[in-house]
Amino acid sequence: MATPANRTGQRARPLSPHIQVYSPLINMIMSIVHRMTGAALYVGTVLLAWWLLAAAMGPEAYETMSSVLGSWPGTLVLIGYCWALLHHMFGGIRHFIWDMGKGFELQTADMLAWGTAVASFGATVLVCLFAFAGGA
Amino acid sequence: MSLQTPLKKVRGLGSAKDGTEHFWRQRLTAVANIPLALFLVWTVLSSIGANHEEMKALLGSPVTALGFLLLIVSGAIHMRLGMQMIVEDYISNEGLKFVLLMLNTFFAILIAVVCVYAIMKLSLGA
Repeated sequence: MATPANRTGQRARPLSPHIQVYSPLINMIMSIVHRMTGAALYVGTVLLAWWLLAAAMGPEAYETMSSVLGSWPGTLVLIGYCWALLHHMFGGIRHFIWDMGKGFELQTADMLAWGTAVASFGATVLVCLFAFAGGA
Repeated sequence: MSLQTPLKKVRGLGSAKDGTEHFWRQRLTAVANIPLALFLVWTVLSSIGANHEEMKALLGSPVTALGFLLLIVSGAIHMRLGMQMIVEDYISNEGLKFVLLMLNTFFAILIAVVCVYAIMKLSLGA
């Protein structure tokens, strides 16, 4: 099939520049991470449903769920889920600021992006400390 | 024949066919999700080390049960809209897109119904 490129005798050129041509900026990384954490939270709702259903179904189902989520790999997944939730929340607040037409200055936008990263990791560490100290 | 003028028909509807509804619902549920997500983290922290009886009492208590019901409804709507956007952005094949958008809706409703069922069972007994 004749493509536009060989019809005109020119070599194929990229149609539009995409992520790979830009050097990474904090804003763009936070944007990508926001979408990735959103997708992770989506899949992770299976864990939430399992947690609630196991508690509702009885002691045996609850034991199975607790032993899986309480194991080391399970705990790591929960910490990751907690971070994803907090990151998506802080990133969402950043989007609200933009929705109100504020924070578009380069320095402010960069600060908001770094703030999202710092706040999400900081809050996750706090939650973990709290959890390992025995919970609420 | 429609009595609507052409302008009336398209007002509020862009290329996405549903105006700003998707955007607005995404934002509305996002606002609701902030306190609800914090509530979820708090409840999970409260449940650490709980045995089955304690967990049943915690999740079945009115405040926790109502909080979860709100979280489940708001969260399911929000995640369905978000995943819809991801599918529309990355999937260009019309057939595949159609199937994935359908599965997206099924998944969101399935998760919501399972969670609501569990909360009902915990808080209303049986």
